[in-house]
Amino acid sequence: MLWYIGRRLIQTIPVFIGATFLIYFLVFKLPGDPVAALFGDKPVNPAVAAQIRAEYHLDRPFIVQYLLYLKGTLHLDFGTSFATRRPAIDSISQAFPVTVKLGLMALAIEAVFGITLGVIAGLRKGGIFDSTILIASLVVIAVPVFVMGFILQFLVGIKLGWLSPTAGPNAPLKNLILPAIVLASLSMAYVIRLTRASVAENLSADFVRTATAKGLSRRRVNVVHVLRNSMIPVVTFLGADLGALMGGAIVTEGIFNVQGIGRLLYNSIRASDSVVVVGTVTLLVVVFLISNLLVDLLYAVLDPRIRYV
Amino acid sequence: MRRTGRAGWLKGVALVAVAGLTLAACGSDNNSGSTSTPPPTATAPTSAGSTAPTDASTGESTAPTGDTGSETTGENTAPPAASTGIVLANGTEPQNPLIPTNTNEVGGGRILDLIFSGLVYYDAKGAPINEVADSIESTDGQNYTIKLKSGWKFSNGEDVTASSFVDAWNYGALATNAQLSASFFEPIVGYDDVSFCEEGKGPVGEDGTPGCLPAPKAQTMTGLKVVSDSEFTVALTSPQSDFPLRLGYSAFFPLPKAAFSDMKAFGEAPIGNGPYMIGGDGWQHNAQIDLVPSPSYTGGQVPQNGGVTFTFYDGYEAAYADLQGGNLDVIDNIPPNALATFQTDLGDRAVNQPAAVFQSFTIPQKLAHFSGEEGKLRRQAISLAINREEVTSIIFSSTRTPAKDFTSPVIAGWSDSLPGSDVLNFDAAKAKDLWAQADAISPWDGKFTIGYNSDGGHKEWVDAVCNQIKNNLGIDAEGNPYASFAELRADVTDRKIKGGFRTGWQADYPGMYNFLFPLYSTGAGSNDGDYSSADFDKLMKEGASAATVEEGTAKFSEAQQILFKDLPAIPLWYANVTGGSSTAVSNVEFGWNSVPLYYEITKN
Repeated sequence: MLWYIGRRLIQTIPVFIGATFLIYFLVFKLPGDPVAALFGDKPVNPAVAAQIRAEYHLDRPFIVQYLLYLKGTLHLDFGTSFATRRPAIDSISQAFPVTVKLGLMALAIEAVFGITLGVIAGLRKGGIFDSTILIASLVVIAVPVFVMGFILQFLVGIKLGWLSPTAGPNAPLKNLILPAIVLASLSMAYVIRLTRASVAENLSADFVRTATAKGLSRRRVNVVHVLRNSMIPVVTFLGADLGALMGGAIVTEGIFNVQGIGRLLYNSIRASDSVVVVGTVTLLVVVFLISNLLVDLLYAVLDPRIRYV
Repeated sequence: MRRTGRAGWLKGVALVAVAGLTLAACGSDNNSGSTSTPPPTATAPTSAGSTAPTDASTGESTAPTGDTGSETTGENTAPPAASTGIVLANGTEPQNPLIPTNTNEVGGGRILDLIFSGLVYYDAKGAPINEVADSIESTDGQNYTIKLKSGWKFSNGEDVTASSFVDAWNYGALATNAQLSASFFEPIVGYDDVSFCEEGKGPVGEDGTPGCLPAPKAQTMTGLKVVSDSEFTVALTSPQSDFPLRLGYSAFFPLPKAAFSDMKAFGEAPIGNGPYMIGGDGWQHNAQIDLVPSPSYTGGQVPQNGGVTFTFYDGYEAAYADLQGGNLDVIDNIPPNALATFQTDLGDRAVNQPAAVFQSFTIPQKLAHFSGEEGKLRRQAISLAINREEVTSIIFSSTRTPAKDFTSPVIAGWSDSLPGSDVLNFDAAKAKDLWAQADAISPWDGKFTIGYNSDGGHKEWVDAVCNQIKNNLGIDAEGNPYASFAELRADVTDRKIKGGFRTGWQADYPGMYNFLFPLYSTGAGSNDGDYSSADFDKLMKEGASAATVEEGTAKFSEAQQILFKDLPAIPLWYANVTGGSSTAVSNVEFGWNSVPLYYEITKN
């Protein structure tokens, strides 16, 4: 088990190097001159531009810039942004906790509601509840996230005034409820459908018939045999989704003014601010790798036949 | 067996998903990058506008709605009872450290304008009012003597002296300090030496701009001389009577001595001499900044509230939602999705008034049928054939104001009734008549076109204007779309464009000269139509070397009368600033640069 975890962790090193290289390269290749962009729509002052380029190594060839960056990260120096003149780690460490809060809240919402509704629908396959849930989830999947965001913001935040329409500077948990619901809604629809299908399929599986034949109560059959076995695809989905919730919250963060990673990433890409973009995306990749590792370990818990050596 | 097989398959899915995310992340880098780097559209107007013609489609700015009408110094006469509540306003994360000479965008600019006071400040009408300056005098428009009021202090107790200004300006101009607003000091004698760089030596820009290694020949500008603690002189390389008008811009703010020892730390927590200072938790990056009234402030912009808190937003949609939800008191821009409804939503708390953005279309002087006497007649006919009121009210939901001249209503000295300006009023019969007169000189053939970039929401008004020209003059007229602003500008710059093309201008400072000289004087940088008039140039020169701003403005108004006859560009409208406030505040007025005058706002 430990050996397995160790091996998986070692695998993250090449992924780390590959991801930083790829992203650094892509940001480097973005059209436009980032230093010129600092001047807005005013004429570029060549002396000033040259000074900034030299200070942040922007005049060096790509590979030199990248190696300098990599060298810095080995010394735990994640670079200083030429656009904001702040250390990249400052911007990231400020935005990350907010996004983690938002991502975990969204994950909790989609897991609790998604699985509950999915299980009920699966157990009552073909009933009115099942059909309603199927149609409702289809609607949620069909509606773009920004439409959902603006509607909920307008109704709940402005018209009814139950919750703050935006998250605001320090993003207290209460203000994150609305964005978390919006962020969770799409995945929740998928979780419902996934759970429902999985439960419905397992209900007719051999081992369920055996369990029922043994005389186990319906409740015990459902909880211990059907549910547990139905969770594997759902857990996989949720694990993969955590990374997506964090990195893919740009639209939601924009609508609700959540000062998180998505917003930071968006602004940094606009400024071709490579050190911040690379730092942020690398962090997201690491989060993703770890959540996948956790999912793989969870398989063993859910299904005793799976063993890692 | 079936189980494990499935788990293995799921692991495969998980791995694919990892790859998918990584790729998706990269893919979205790429997309947002390419869609968000484009040219100078959305750089929100700072007090410094552009020197290049703006893609003024995004022109959102300001001017006074509920003018209180008192002569020039509105708030000095009878200040409303001061309130103690904190005004909540929208802002954007400053893109640079808060150093006056290194801030060239509105996010940092609006904060600097409150924590620093320059020699002058601008009232809501764009008129300069002496702040730290006691007097700014010149006899020739070229050599200025600036005397300071006594008793001004920075919030750390240090006196504001002539050196506070001179040292700050020298710091800002020196090339090795790499300050983004360095070029504002260009008119000062000695700027060439402090900004000198050796061509061909430094790094070459990505777009191939030649390298240039900063190698200042001097550390300070010889044109700045400290006479005493309360007096200094400024020598310019050429007469510029409106130089005093520029001195309210943030690049000209003073700096305390503490700044020069550690500019980096200063940029995070600046110490100013303005009506406010940074309070609360300081500058919380990407989140907010709290400003509180400064006890040491003695100037004319007395805070009428207990402080201003700027919450940083990336888009105006969230800010507008907060305004409606009561989390925000003042918004300085209405998001596109609310433009049609905000006046009903906010009632008399909505702001929709002209900004310092002028929009027009230019007809090149060399275009067939548009030069000489024939050209004058045709230009006037086209101008008369356009019904500006109709286009601004129908196409723009009244978020543009029909032009009455070549400048902007937020500029001191602006008039809606300059002699000759009636050429901007719709008159179909006269238009037809003038066009017929031109036909008598040389018969019209071909088609009239207006070039525009189709990525900026210009198609609608270009089509409307072309239809008016077509219907009222009986000629063929249509739009000539370009895919992007950059492509349109490239054709304009290379003089390859056939026909007219849209042009726009956003002012750097509230001065008439800035709207006229760069655009219409012979050989000027943004004179895209190659207009040349000896009379116009002469008046520009006379105005620039006038002894006072007012005399200069009189000459510039006279120069505009020549433009009304020659119409090198056809004025269309001024872009409006849109904004609003909640019921929690009163006395919200927007400045000439489209930024609210925060110090005036009272909290109910």
